[in-house]
This record gives sequence, C-alpha cells and structure tokens, in this order.
Amino acid sequence: MQRLRNAPPRYWLVVIAVLFFLGLPTVISSFQTSLWSQALILAIAIMGLNILVGYSGQLSLGHGAFIALGAYTSAILAHRYKMDLLLTIPIAGLLTGSVGFLFGIPALRLSALYLALATFALAVVTPSLIKRPDQLTGGVQGILVIQPDPPAFAQDTFGTITGTAMTSDQWIYYVVLICTVILFWLAWNIVRHRAGRAMRAVRDGEVAAAASGVNIAGYKTLAFGISAFYAGVAGGLFALATGYVSPDTFPVSLSIQLLVGAVVGGLASIPGPLLGAIFAYFLPIESNQWVPSQSWLPDQITSTVKNAGPAVSYGVVLILVMMFAPNGIVGLVTRAYTALNRRLRGAGDRETGQMPPDPQTV
Amino acid sequence: MVRIAPRLAAVAAFVVALAACGGSSNNVTATDVGVTNDSILLGTTIALSGGAAAYGTIANAENAYFTYVNNNQGGVNGRKINFKILDDAYNPAQTVPLTKQLVEQDQVFLMFSGLGTQAQTSVRDYLNSKKVPQVFVATGATTWGKDFGSTPWTMSWQPPYQGEAHIYAKDVLKNHPNAKIGVLFQNDDYGQDYLKGLTDGLGDKASMIVAKESYDVTAANPFAQLTKLKAANVDTLFLFSTPKPSIQSLAFVTGVHWAPTIYLNSVSNPQVYMLAAKKAGAALQNVTSVSYLKDPTDPQWDSDAGMKLYKQVIANCTTCNVQDGFNIYGVAVAYTMVDVLKKAGTNMTRKNIIDIAANQLNESGSNANPFLLPGVVVKTTSSDHFPIMQEQVITWAGTGWTLQGSLIDERGTIK
Amino acid sequence: MQEFLQQVVSGIATGGIFASLALALVLIYNAMGLVNFAQGEMAMFATFVAYALVTRGMSYWIALPITLVVAFAGGLLIQRVVIRPVERAPILTLVIITLGLAALVNGLAGFIFGYVPRSFPSPFPSDTVDLLGVFISYRDLGVIGVSGLVLLGIYLLLQRTTVGLTLRAAAHHPEASRLLGVQVSWMLALGWGLASAVGAVSGIMVAPILLLEPNMMQSIIIYAFAAAVLGGIESPLGAVIGGLIVGLTVNLAGAYLPGVGGDLQLAVGLAIIIVVLILKPNGLLGRAAIRRV
Repeated sequence: MQRLRNAPPRYWLVVIAVLFFLGLPTVISSFQTSLWSQALILAIAIMGLNILVGYSGQLSLGHGAFIALGAYTSAILAHRYKMDLLLTIPIAGLLTGSVGFLFGIPALRLSALYLALATFALAVVTPSLIKRPDQLTGGVQGILVIQPDPPAFAQDTFGTITGTAMTSDQWIYYVVLICTVILFWLAWNIVRHRAGRAMRAVRDGEVAAAASGVNIAGYKTLAFGISAFYAGVAGGLFALATGYVSPDTFPVSLSIQLLVGAVVGGLASIPGPLLGAIFAYFLPIESNQWVPSQSWLPDQITSTVKNAGPAVSYGVVLILVMMFAPNGIVGLVTRAYTALNRRLRGAGDRETGQMPPDPQTV
Repeated sequence: MVRIAPRLAAVAAFVVALAACGGSSNNVTATDVGVTNDSILLGTTIALSGGAAAYGTIANAENAYFTYVNNNQGGVNGRKINFKILDDAYNPAQTVPLTKQLVEQDQVFLMFSGLGTQAQTSVRDYLNSKKVPQVFVATGATTWGKDFGSTPWTMSWQPPYQGEAHIYAKDVLKNHPNAKIGVLFQNDDYGQDYLKGLTDGLGDKASMIVAKESYDVTAANPFAQLTKLKAANVDTLFLFSTPKPSIQSLAFVTGVHWAPTIYLNSVSNPQVYMLAAKKAGAALQNVTSVSYLKDPTDPQWDSDAGMKLYKQVIANCTTCNVQDGFNIYGVAVAYTMVDVLKKAGTNMTRKNIIDIAANQLNESGSNANPFLLPGVVVKTTSSDHFPIMQEQVITWAGTGWTLQGSLIDERGTIK
Repeated sequence: MQEFLQQVVSGIATGGIFASLALALVLIYNAMGLVNFAQGEMAMFATFVAYALVTRGMSYWIALPITLVVAFAGGLLIQRVVIRPVERAPILTLVIITLGLAALVNGLAGFIFGYVPRSFPSPFPSDTVDLLGVFISYRDLGVIGVSGLVLLGIYLLLQRTTVGLTLRAAAHHPEASRLLGVQVSWMLALGWGLASAVGAVSGIMVAPILLLEPNMMQSIIIYAFAAAVLGGIESPLGAVIGGLIVGLTVNLAGAYLPGVGGDLQLAVGLAIIIVVLILKPNGLLGRAAIRRV
C-alpha cells in the first residue's frame, strides 16, 4: 500500500493507458476498433525499431522488410499448413528475430550511413523479393488469411458488458492489445536491465563501453535480433488483422512510416513508440479527410486542401510537428513537465536549450 | 368478407408503411444503406498520392460525370449521387481500413471503381461477406470476370488484359506468321496476365516466343532487358509495360538502330505518351495496339457527340487534364454506373444493383456508351460477367492512331 | 560481345543519371552531414519551373539560368524556414523533416502540374552515336558531360575560393568557425542553395530521358544515394564514379548473373554494392575514418 502511494506518476499513466485501451472497443465502433488494432501493431514494430535506433544507436530504414517476413510467415503457416493463426505469431516473431540477428552480423561492419543504405535498399527490394518464390508466397496474388471468429468466452464477456455481439475485428483488437502490453513490458525490462544499459553505453560511446568490458558486437547484433523479433510479431499480427498479405502491402513507405513514428514519438523512451504509432498511423488516413470534413472552415480552404491531395497535408503536418517537437512528443512532454515542476517548486528558471534527458535514466 | 378484411387491412398498412419509407416524390419500393430519398452515396479507394498517383485523376473524372448527372439531369430518379474518394496510395494495407470505413462508418451504398489488383483483392472477401457490391473495379485482371461464381458481389468493367493479348496473338499469326517474338513484361499481375494471354492466344504456335524478359517497377529503365531481347534476334517486340517504361523502350529501340514490329499494350497507348516517346527520339514505326475508348487527343472525334459530351463533363473537374486518357476512362465507367442505377429504378437494393451490373448490362445501339469506340457493346449475361470484350486494332501513323479493320470480339474466349 | 558492350554502355549512360543527382546529395552532406531525402523532389520541382517557363515561350537558354537562380533561392529559403529553427536537433529529426519535405514537394507538384508524363526539351539531339554497332545517345553523353562540368565547378568552388573554404570550415568545425566570425548558419543555407541548384541541373538534364512527372526522381533517389555512399559520400568525384558503377552493376547483374533475371536486377545490384561496402567500409574514395575501437 505504501508502495502504491509512493508510485511515481508514470505508473499511474500506465494504469490509465491500459484501462483506456481495454475499454476503447466498448465505446467506439467495430471499424474504428480495427484502426486502433493497426495502430497498436505499428506501435509494436516501432518499439522494435526504437530498441535498435533509440537504445543501440543503429539506424534502419528498412524495418518494413522484417514486418513483411513476419506477416508472410504467419500467412503461409496459416494458409498452407492450416496452423492456428494465433500460434503462428510467436513463430513469426522468432523466425524474423533470428533473421534479424543474422542481418546484424554484417551490419557490424557498416558505419551508420552504409547501414542506412543497406536497410533502405532492403526496403526497396522487398516487394520484388516476395514475388519471386511464388509457389510459396502466392506471388503477386498475395495470400488471403481467414480471420478467426471470437471464442465463446470472449463473446460472452463482451456481450455482457456492451450488449452487442463481438466482431472478429474486436476480438483481434484484444489479441493485439495483449501482445502490445506484453511486448512493451518486455521492452521496459530490457532497457532497464543489463542489456539495455549495455546498449545505451555502446550508443553513447563505443570506446567507453568497450573499456567497461561491454561486448559491443554482441549487444549490437542482439539489438538487431530483438528489434526484428518485434517487427516479426507485428507482421504476424498484421496478417491477422488485415486478412491479406501481398507484395504491394510492404512498400518503402512502410519503413519510412516506422521511422517517422519512432522519431515523432520520441526515441529512447517507452511511451514514445505508442504515441508515435498513433500519429504515424492516423496522419496519412486523416490528412486528406479531416480538413475537408470541417464545415466551419471557408469552402475555399477545404476545397484547396482537398485538391492539393493527401501528400501535401501529410508533409506540412510532419514538418510542423518536428519543428515544434524536435525531440518527439515525449521530449516535448518531458520538457513541459520539467519546466512546470521548476515553476511550482520556485526554482530558478534555467535555460533549457539542451536535449531532454533520457527518460529511462532519470 | 370477414376473412378478407384483415388481409386487406394488412396490405393497406404495408402500402402506407412503404409510402412512408419511400417519401413523397418517387414510389420507391425498396432501398438499402446509403440510399435516401434524394441521394445515393458511392465510395471508392484509389491512389491520390505516392508512386501510382497518376491514376488518381480517374476518380476525379468519375466524380465530374456524377456532378454532370446531378446538375443536368437532376441526379438519378431524383437522387443526387455523392461520391466519396479516399486515398489508399496503391497500398492494400490502407485499402482494407479505408474500405471498412466507407462501408461501416460512411455507410456507402456500394464500392465503385476501386483501383489496383492487389488493393481490390485485399477487400474482395470482406465486401462479399458484407454483401456490398464491389463494381467495375479499375483493373484488367481476368480474375474479376472469371471468379464471379465464388465472389458474386465483385466485378470489373474494362476488357481483361488476357483478352487484349489474344487479339495481338491473332494479329501476329495473320500478319507475321514467321515472327520471332520477344516479350518485355512488368513482373506483376498486369504483365503476367498479358503474357499468359499471348501464350494462350498463340496456342500451339507459342514457340514463336523466343525470349521474354521481366523488369521490376523499381527499375530505372528496362534497357538491360531490351538489349537481351535484341541480341536474341527478336523481330517482333511485345511491350507489356506501364506508360513510362514503354516510352523509354520505344525510344531505346530506335536509338540502338533496331526496327522490330512492335505491339504496345493499351495502358501505354494514349496519344500523349506516344508523342512523348516521339520527342524522346522514338521512330514509332510498325507500332500496333488496340483500343476501345475514344482518344480525346484524336482529331477524328472533334465533332463527335460523345467527345463533346466528354469535354463538357470534364470541365466539372478543375484538376483534370482533358487530354489525359485516364479521364475518358473514368467518365465512361461512370456512365455505365449511372446506367445501372437508372435501370434499378425504384428497386434500389444492393442485390438488384449487382444483379443488373453482372447479368443484365446492355449498352448498345441508341443506348451505347458514348465514350467508347462506335460499336463497342457493354454487356453482361447470367453466364458472362466481362462487360467489355471488344477492341479494335490500331496502328500508329505518324501523328496519331489509325483504326484498322473492324472490332474484334473476344467474348467467351477466357475460360 | 556486341551485346555485352551495349549493356556496358547502357549501364554507364544510366549511371550518369544517378551521378548527377548524387552530386547534389554529396553537397548537402558536406554542408551539414545529412542525407537530404527531398533532394530528388526539389530537383523535380525546379525542372517543372523550367518547364513552365519554356512552355510559356521563353527560350531554353534564358529559362535555364532563371531556373537555377530560382532553385538556389528555393533551397536557401527551405533552409531558412524549415531547417534553421531545428538546426541543433538530433540528426534523425532533420532526416524526418526532409522526408516530410519530399512528400510535400511531390504532392505540390502533382497538384500544380498534374501527373501526366511530359516531354521536356533537351539541348542535345535525340539521336545516338554509333560506336561500331554499340549505341549511346547524345542526351546520355550530355548528362555525363554536364555532370563532369558540375563536378569541376564544385571542385573549384570548394577548393579554390574563400567561400568554399568557409563553407567547408562551417560544416566540419562549426564552433571554431563561429569563434572566427563565420556566419555558420548562413553558410549552411548557402550549402542548401548550391545543392538545390545542382539538383536542378540534374533534373533538367535527365527530364528529357526520364520524362517529367512528379515521381520522376523517386525511382532514382535510391540509386543516387547508393552512388554517393559508394563514392564515399563526401567526395563529389566519388559520387560521379559511384553513379557510373551503380548503373553498370545494376545493368550487368540483371543481364548476366545466372538465375537472377531482370526483375531482380535492383536487388542483386544493391546487394553487390553493399558487399563492396562491407569489404571496403569507407567507400571507394572516402577518407579512412579513424576507428575508435
């Protein structure tokens, strides 16, 4: 009880967030629930990227390729080998994680820029690589995945609470939510303990890390493996939630979307990937819909925005967000919180021009 | 008498209830989600951004035709057509949620002219399970007409790529029986469908194909492939490629002093592309293609009523280029959509719409689609769900295409 | 043999296109240690400006310098408005901003000019040169030649002028330069302007070959990036050589590696380049980085 009372505000934030996501499907429509499933799936993948980029300091512009691998693993196992979809997801994660680990070994030889090129190239060629073994991947036709019906216990519980029947989309949402909670909890544990400290040490200075006896190569490849594992699980969940995988489903823009989410949310933080995913998922969908649907705006503005197309709105919003929150949403919130705290405690107003501190080290 | 009265009362009550539902002006007997007394809501997903954004204008052209119908004809049976266009960036991962949005949140009556084979495949099962018509998808893959039996809420409009390739096969067998054929194709469903159509069409003469080379959409150009085809002594070149690589190929062929007979697929043949190829150095000798639409850049249609109507319609779209071949496609398919809605009359149910579109279309004679070549019939029956199966061979003659012979009917050839 | 030589020549010609854009990437990298993902889109937009001028009846040779000035001013403006406020932000934040810029510029071009591919005039004839049965077009030669000139110009500017020296100093030692009274921020803006103008040259030279449309440079940027990195990212000469090698590798990989086929030429070509980078981690002409461990 004492511990509970002394818990820092971020624990309460976690409780509120989990309650929010648990209750969400009971108040929004089944369709909107399916959007949130996708956003959470993106959050898992971004968390993986965050471990790689934010904590271990290695850049990847091609994480969409790992998502594709995970999604195809699930889809092929479920479609061709009639395996239970839910069972395929950990397999997708482990297989992708192993591939990521192997990819991390040559990546050791590459400096940041070459790694960026190598991963970017991987993202660019992913669709054409998928098309090749068409006996396995279904080639350009893709693979349709049959979405499972909710099991009886979930149907009953959901029915009692909301009074409506549970749809597949709502059931999948809860599956995704459980995976998200587990994987975020796992990430929190990784970064707080030995492996996380070692990764951050490598990121902040390889010389110092090596001098302290950190196995640099080992932790860098490990980060790649963990990161790919997250992307693989996200891929498996993606196949489940979307019900279809095909080469064009994994364009370069997916990898870009992941990076955008990671940076906008805030690198090297645990809530960052979640916030970044919500931003990165809903921005492209809303960028062409929100402004034109606002009736209070003058017609000229709404029609211009509509005609200019989604890419323009997307670009403008993204640039503005980065200009106002150069360290991501979490960076912005942390800064505001620190400033507020100082003000409340009456401490001297210090110039805060530097980067905000790593939320995990404070 | 005593026994009849309650029945009469029930009938009377039913009629009153229907009248109440149907509103005042028209005697509607049945409607569905997305249809009100004075409006019909249609939805689509298409690429408005990203690498395939060039197609986006199709939806705007379709909307221009609906605007024309709303303004000049008062809509369809007194109902204005509203058309909601969402951008899926040619990515199936976005098509799925956006289609769900249109169906579940915006409550559209039907999905019209969604673009992209993979994108539309990704939502086919969903729309069929919801019994929402997915009509006139904007892709020429054969699956739409062929697999209607298993997905009876989904159908296409344009001639399938395979049917077009059959026409080339016939033409080559007739005019170049000793041809050494080389094929350049894009490594996706579009290129592969064309290749299959050509191989099937050649039948036991398929060995005439001496070389085939594929390229990926991410390639900067297909020059390596063309060089290999040339080295294989190909004298008849098939270009199953999208406009940009087609233009590059036409220029490259001339540049390396190679003069094969060229068959160019219809996606790449609008005059704007041909003129671009010419400026890039292409000689454009012996180029054959097929067409089913009137080309807005072709002066032979200048005084044609259909073309005049097209120009009047497209003026409703501020962002549309009148010469863009995609726009006349959009207007023509929107014409068929309106035709279906008109035919449905008072029975505005999803079931009735897909039934008319898939089994009872018949745009011919005085009711012909004015934006298609004269004589092209848009027709479906209970055993044939490919609306357009006629195309005409065209050859390039210096500054424009010349129609050759008469329409070739491929109906019934795709099994 | 003739076929092989044609593949080599076509590859080099395509490589010239990659090289021309890679030069602009190298300039920005030199100015602020950043790969500008909007470089290709900015080049495309500048080319549309030239197109608009030429189609309004302006002579090509007047439109060309005007476009370069507009592109220079545009680059400068973008740096002042969008980049400068976040100059000290983490490098990834800047990368995301350039990605946002790429989407914005691409969308704007589509909105203003439409997506129909347009032919763009070229000062070079559309014919080809016959070298014993192997062909290369004057336009391709033009791209390579002009890239050479741009390369020479960049070299002279960076190595032989005070502005160039200051520019390099500002990029490599910003703090020291500031102490010496160099306006570092304006030097960065100058770098953006120059890169933008070099990109415009690239756009104008390749538009007659690739056809002008908003996505013209999208298929090129990955190759240009590969070219710049292969050449050692900071070296303009390396960018040109890198471009030619990338063009050659991709063309030959698709044509001759057994079991590969044309559709995987990009995958295999890039894989080869990455293997080279693993073996030679500083690029072909890059300075050996001091390994800290």
